[in-house]
Amino acid sequence: MKAFSYVSATDVAAALRAISTEPNAKFLGGGTNLVDLMREEIEQPDTIIDITRLPLSGIEELPGGGVRIGAMVRNSHLAAHRLIRTRYPMLSQAVLTGASAQLRNMATVGGNLLQRTRCLYFYDGAAACNKREPGRGCDAIGGFTRNHAILGASEACVATHPSDMCVALAALDATVVAESVRGVRRIPMTEFHVLPGETPDIETTLAADELVTAVELPDLPVAATSAYRKVRDRASYAFALVSVAAALETSGGAVSAVRLALGGVAAKPWRAYQAEQVLLGAPATDETFERAADAELAPAVAQSQNAFKIELARRAIVATLRRLLTEGSAA
Amino acid sequence: MTQAPVHSRPAPATAERIVGKPIDRVDGRAKTTGAARYSAEYPYPDIAHAALVHATVSRGRIAGIDAAAASAVPGVLAVITHLNAPAMKPPPPVSMMNLSSLASGTTVNYLNTDEVHWDGQPVAVVVAETLEAAQRAASLVEVTYETLPATFDFAAEEKNAKPQKSDLVQSGGATKGDAEAALAAAPVSVDLRFTTPPHNHNALEPHATTAAWDGDRVTVYDGAQNMYWVRDNLALKFGIPAANVRVISPYVGGAFGGKTMVWAGTILTVLAARVTARPVRLMLTREGVYRTVGGRTPSTQRVALGAEADGRLTALVHTSVTRLGRVGGGPEQVTSQSRHLYDAENILVQQNLVKLDLLPNTVMRAPGESIGTFALESAIDELAGELGMDPIALRMRNEPERNPIDGKRFAHRMLREAYARGAERFGWSERTPEPGSMRDGRWLVGMGVASAYHPSWQFAANVTVRLSADGTVVVRCGFHEMGMGGATAQAQIAADALGVPFEAVRVEYGDTALPTGPGAGGSGQTASIAASLVSACDKLKRSVLALARRSGDSPLRGQRMTGVEARDGGLYRTGRPGLGETYAAILTRAGRDSVEARVGSDTRVGAIAGQVRFMSKLMLDRRRWVKAASGAQFCEVRVDPDTGEVRVSRWVGVFDVGTVINAKTTAGQLRGGIVMGVGMALSEETLVDPRNGRIMNPSLAEYHVPVHADIPSIDVSWLDEPDPTMPLGLIGVGEVSITGAAAAIANAVHHATGRRVRDLPITLDRLL
Ligand SMILES: Cc1cc2nc3c(=O)[nH]c(=O)nc-3n(C[C@H](O)[C@H](O)[C@H](O)COP(=O)(O)OP(=O)(O)OC[C@H]3O[C@@H](n4cnc5c(N)ncnc54)[C@H](O)[C@@H]3O)c2cc1C
Ligand code: SF4
Repeated sequence: MKAFSYVSATDVAAALRAISTEPNAKFLGGGTNLVDLMREEIEQPDTIIDITRLPLSGIEELPGGGVRIGAMVRNSHLAAHRLIRTRYPMLSQAVLTGASAQLRNMATVGGNLLQRTRCLYFYDGAAACNKREPGRGCDAIGGFTRNHAILGASEACVATHPSDMCVALAALDATVVAESVRGVRRIPMTEFHVLPGETPDIETTLAADELVTAVELPDLPVAATSAYRKVRDRASYAFALVSVAAALETSGGAVSAVRLALGGVAAKPWRAYQAEQVLLGAPATDETFERAADAELAPAVAQSQNAFKIELARRAIVATLRRLLTEGSAA
Repeated sequence: MTQAPVHSRPAPATAERIVGKPIDRVDGRAKTTGAARYSAEYPYPDIAHAALVHATVSRGRIAGIDAAAASAVPGVLAVITHLNAPAMKPPPPVSMMNLSSLASGTTVNYLNTDEVHWDGQPVAVVVAETLEAAQRAASLVEVTYETLPATFDFAAEEKNAKPQKSDLVQSGGATKGDAEAALAAAPVSVDLRFTTPPHNHNALEPHATTAAWDGDRVTVYDGAQNMYWVRDNLALKFGIPAANVRVISPYVGGAFGGKTMVWAGTILTVLAARVTARPVRLMLTREGVYRTVGGRTPSTQRVALGAEADGRLTALVHTSVTRLGRVGGGPEQVTSQSRHLYDAENILVQQNLVKLDLLPNTVMRAPGESIGTFALESAIDELAGELGMDPIALRMRNEPERNPIDGKRFAHRMLREAYARGAERFGWSERTPEPGSMRDGRWLVGMGVASAYHPSWQFAANVTVRLSADGTVVVRCGFHEMGMGGATAQAQIAADALGVPFEAVRVEYGDTALPTGPGAGGSGQTASIAASLVSACDKLKRSVLALARRSGDSPLRGQRMTGVEARDGGLYRTGRPGLGETYAAILTRAGRDSVEARVGSDTRVGAIAGQVRFMSKLMLDRRRWVKAASGAQFCEVRVDPDTGEVRVSRWVGVFDVGTVINAKTTAGQLRGGIVMGVGMALSEETLVDPRNGRIMNPSLAEYHVPVHADIPSIDVSWLDEPDPTMPLGLIGVGEVSITGAAAAIANAVHHATGRRVRDLPITLDRLL
């Protein structure tokens, strides 16, 4: 690990001042991703700004019926919160499928949004990786790609975003609230992460000096009947091969409201707009669910080792919607 | 049960047998409270820290090393490379009369050569005042290479494998009759190909060494499965007498074979301490373990079986290909169990090897049988399907009376009993044979069985036992404790042999200053020590009796050992309760503080004589008997029909492991092997990039060992029948339970889904 200096911010203004004046500085949340990456020397900040003392640890109801989640809320606290469990069960479930209890106790909402890919070649300093070193090439292509993208990848990078929480946030039309010395900005969750294109080193639309202060959830009745299904290589403590966040409401046998997003398939949590379009108004049957999945996955492209994920995603979508229909939000 | 205090006074006398009881481990408290000190935890005020630099090419020469930036890191004491390292001797040639010659994990003379033989080979060691400085500086060492052509793609190179040659201990192949002809003629047959991937041990404690020189003597704390190998290897490499090297290893945080050989980290710590004249500590990172400590070889295997319509086996063919490194590694006995499990008329087994430019393989829990039983026991299940027979019935039809390949006698064989007991505990009769026929809600349910088999081993062990006038006993033997409960088991054995309470016995181990103990391998440590310990206790009792029988005051006057038994903390006349004396009384009267007995000699001559005696006994024994632990593994799996996810939901294992010394630690060993078998079956795989030979998942996040959620409650039991040819009748429990486990799961998955997976691990994509 490269030597760095450490400062601790106790109010938002101080944190914003620090990030705008210290060169090559990074915010420190729970540290569960950043410190790992610093040990591997993939991240080499000169200054760490500890933001865990900022007063951003609340979860509160918004006047319009939504919920505001402070950026410093720990993952385990978020998952256990009554408002989240009852109004947005998919979010609670998604967070609980992530990492381990110890990690969730440390991890913050802000840090979870900004965690980086688990591509094996990104983590290995001896490998070529365009995300780490733009222009150097991508050793993942043609290599071990079990955890890699089937949607939205580019020739420069085929990595996925590993977060479970973010998949639920994308499905729920959440908004990320960001602040810098220039002021406050609201970024729709679906526009927070970006696809790699030619510049896989750029992962989000957040500026380097912006602090995430909160995530806001809209008032969304359909979310009360929602679930998160994560498919992985062991029963716990593994990243998603494919995950599905879904909310479903039917009326008279037809889909009256739906939200659907996929994880483990792209460099961003993948909001399944194509599938939602097929579903809305159509009869809530397996046949419709399959058509919806096919529509979403039509542009999917496999890497050398992950063709199975296209079929797996299809099945996971159908199975999750079917279970929502028959069993509701039961995890 | 409550923890038995180790140093308490002898409890009231009791004649109850202690062997077999579920006694808590004597080191349990130290471990759970953190008081136990592991190799990386020995404090020296002036300790320095080391970090390794690993090669990033598979084969080549170091063209240049730029250590300027590394040396400039504040706190760096030395950057040791092949350009400045003192000369060390290369590893010794292998000889069966000097088992420590087997100890080198690789033949590379680290930092004494510019040659690189695998991606990950250490090419520099950085020593610094702090761990952080050492690691940072290590990352700044710039190494350039001239690369040479290399081969590392096992799947592609497998076709170039050569038959394994047989030696004194291992046989590469064997035949009985003409198995291929019988196979071709068999009315029912299967001919199948299996693959298993490379595995790594992933002991919780990464390899760690602390070394401190004092003149030309060195003390080395090293998590080891064979401290004596470490001692002898270091003595040779550094050109000092073995007596000048003391290796201390009381606690080892798991090993599974990964700490059997001497690997680079140990040697380079001692080198770094010598170069810097400071005590040095090196704890490998998890990645460092993957890059410098070998793992299990991958394999491809062919199993072909021919049978009559009634299930009688006429042909059994099992061949394998595994890999070695170009610079070391050993053959895995992949076909071992196939020589012993089934009474086939014609048998052909042959192991083949290919050498690659990769880190040499090494032993890992049940090397050979763990992956060999996967193939054989899957094939038997497939044959049962072809025959329309119950897979247990097929096995029982072919259960041999004598060793199938050569007609030798079995020392002990209870597979029939194991299956009978297992079938009942598991509820095998509830299984409907048709694949896909059982369900629980949306889950597909499958049940599978497989046989477990692991040969039993015994090694030489020197032991001393000292009895003190206060009635306490100290057993001394330099053996290894990696979490199995070795000290507890030996204390139980000594307590019974001397008729003293368990609490009166203290066992010293984990130090080469002690009488030479056996390595912890081949599940043979407990039996090896037990043999010597029991004879040492016999000697001791004779010495004590000699003191008593000369005394006119003693009720034991004139008695011989045949008429005396040890119980209630002393010696008493057989069948004459009350006629006898406590050890304390005898020693006190004789004016002795203690009496000691020893088995085996640690002098140079004594050690060689002991080794010759031991090897000839081993050879004789092996000519006469086939000895093994075995068992029946039953499992139930649930498969998600949508996603192909497999969950193991139930497990019953019944084992024939001879006498059980400690019911609690035995259950722990047996369960642990099954857990590792679940990992092997469903998720474990070391990813070696076939494009450059580099391991790509050197971390516990990406190498998937099972987590708690993957493991159901595991019902293990044992038949508890002593093996008449083994010390105290005990066979050894460390490895047998990983064998058969993967096959039981594969068979259950087939039963649940109708899909036969012959390539491990059985990840969900193979079931979509
Ligand atoms: C072994 C392991 C397994 C895991 N498994 C899973 C899993 O299955 N699913 C899953 O979703 N996740 C998993 N994780 C990842 C885990 O969720 C993330 O590490 C965690 O959410 C990061 O949060 P943190 O607060 O620790 O972030 P940090 O490590 O502190 O920070 C991460 C990044 O976010 C930036 N940052 C933090 N807070 C803010 C803020 N408020 N504003 C702007 N930038 C900020 C930091 O500068 C840094 O770049 C796993 C992690 C590990 C180590
Ligand atoms: S997939 Fe992306 S992150 Fe992985 S090696 Fe290629 S460029 Fe790097």
